[in-house]
Amino acid sequence: MAIGVHNVSKRFGDFVALDDVSLAIPTGSLTVLLGPSGSGKSTLLRVIAGLEQPDSGEVAIAETDATALPPQKRGVGFVFQHYASFKRMTVRDNIAFGMKIQKRSKNEIRARVDELLELVQLQGLAGRYPSQLSGGQRQRMALARALAVQPKVLLLDEPFGALDARVRKELRAWLRRLHDEVHVTTVLVTHDQEEAMEVADRIAVVNQGRIEQYGKPRDLYEHPATEFVMTFVGPVTRFGEAYIRPHDLEVELQPSARYEEATVEKVVHLGFEVRVELALSEGERLEAQLTKREAERLELLEGQRVFVRPSRLTEVEEDAPGARVAS
Amino acid sequence: MSQQAHAEPIAPRGRPASKPESRGRAVRAVLVGIALFYVLVLIVAPLAGIMYYGLRNGVGPITDTFSQPDVRHALYLTVLIMLITVVVTTVLGLVVAFVLARDRFPGKSLLSAFVNLPLAVSPVVVGLMAILLFGRGGWFEPFFSAQGIQIVFALPSMVIVTIFISIPFVIREVVPLLEELGMDEEQAAWTLGASRLQTFLRITLPNIRWGLFYGMALSAARAIGEVGAVLVVSGQVQGRTETATLYILRAFDQYQAERGYIVALTLAAFSIVLLIGIEAFRRRSLKRAGQE
Repeated sequence: MAIGVHNVSKRFGDFVALDDVSLAIPTGSLTVLLGPSGSGKSTLLRVIAGLEQPDSGEVAIAETDATALPPQKRGVGFVFQHYASFKRMTVRDNIAFGMKIQKRSKNEIRARVDELLELVQLQGLAGRYPSQLSGGQRQRMALARALAVQPKVLLLDEPFGALDARVRKELRAWLRRLHDEVHVTTVLVTHDQEEAMEVADRIAVVNQGRIEQYGKPRDLYEHPATEFVMTFVGPVTRFGEAYIRPHDLEVELQPSARYEEATVEKVVHLGFEVRVELALSEGERLEAQLTKREAERLELLEGQRVFVRPSRLTEVEEDAPGARVAS
Repeated sequence: MSQQAHAEPIAPRGRPASKPESRGRAVRAVLVGIALFYVLVLIVAPLAGIMYYGLRNGVGPITDTFSQPDVRHALYLTVLIMLITVVVTTVLGLVVAFVLARDRFPGKSLLSAFVNLPLAVSPVVVGLMAILLFGRGGWFEPFFSAQGIQIVFALPSMVIVTIFISIPFVIREVVPLLEELGMDEEQAAWTLGASRLQTFLRITLPNIRWGLFYGMALSAARAIGEVGAVLVVSGQVQGRTETATLYILRAFDQYQAERGYIVALTLAAFSIVLLIGIEAFRRRSLKRAGQE
């Protein structure tokens, strides 16, 4: 196991940031800590890095107990949301920093920096200062800087949070490709569910200082362990007592067995998908997601009477794969 | 058949200023005028006056003044006290600034208030406080006299009070800088293997450099200009515990005005050099801050 977290708790004053959290992250994987603001995911990452001290519990990195070690000695690479670029140094000096501390030879440093510049596609920008780079470029530099000292583990704290949507998507895909190439155990913190699903080998859903589920993205989506995981890891709509996925809701024009009557309130065209907002006879609101083709076939209009039925109910399963946090 | 519409001129002509605009400009002119008048009357004119009275009889009085042992000693003392003050307030100031900017502890706002205390208290009061503490019958006097060290009416007390009144400057400059910089860069350096000391020297210090220099220059300027507190604790023993400022006071008192002017001019020249340094540092500091 590349990273082992054992019964870690941390509070800030009265606020409980982490509540008896345990996690085992396999070597070479890309794990995403996914959760809303204030869930504790960043705190957990920083505890792993040694930037925060837990009140209780242990952290092990590469099978060695790291709890008492300062961040300098843990062999972790860290990438911050707001880049933390060394403002006064050039791109080259930023990336070389860790190696200079290690007193490597000038030739070695130069070669490795050139190698990394190519890896993160910043060749030609080596002499620039961070203030002369775009956000995306600064973050790639930060990544190169962290990788320069060959960390055992790479930790990223909402690395794309400060970037605009298009750059975020590009870097997300780029990071996934990088990981496939470089294979460093990586842990990424985000509140963006789409980002998590796209990038992760495994996702740990964090809520109120606890890990609610840790598993493969598909398992979390199809077999959520708790209601929170279900609502956080994908779109949901209420159907009576249960939650279902909007794309699992069938809409028909003719009544049929087990169909409920509903009225179309609004039809929203979102490019390739169409969201249909419905109201049941008792007034309850629902959302169905149809493909463009289905929507065209039905020719839905506002105020129209239709019939809906869930094609499958995704039930919250206590015994879902990954529901019990691996130890 | 298309009609040519009446064409607008391509470059619009300048139009005369409207009433509110010209009124606004007049107000600004008056305010700038007041500011210039203030600077001229209260700063430039006296400076010109000192220059006139000090230099009007040529080089002779100048060489005469600087050959006086009293004068040389006074200037030496001023520079010595200034150097000690700057070193101590910088080192101490950095420590306090870090504690204030980074740590959380009960009583923090009290510490912050104490740091600003020297600015609010009259220097004469500071001098009296020193006498109370270190003079005969004072709390600390028995300890020092047992060691054979004379505090009041000697150099140590002069240094102590000058340090006290200069404390706030470095701290007040560095704390907001540290708060604004945050700890991200430092934490990044730690994860890259840099020890706290290495991080401080390679990352933090360069980042606060200009603000620090600004604070140090202010501290130096304050130290050489100090009169009230030093007057009280020094006993004004000429040739022994008399700083340049105290010498000037005595010179005018004893009808040696010309010498007084010359020493004043020396101090003024030094202050101007410091001022240019301060302004340059301040510009660099602000420029860096905007360079985000």
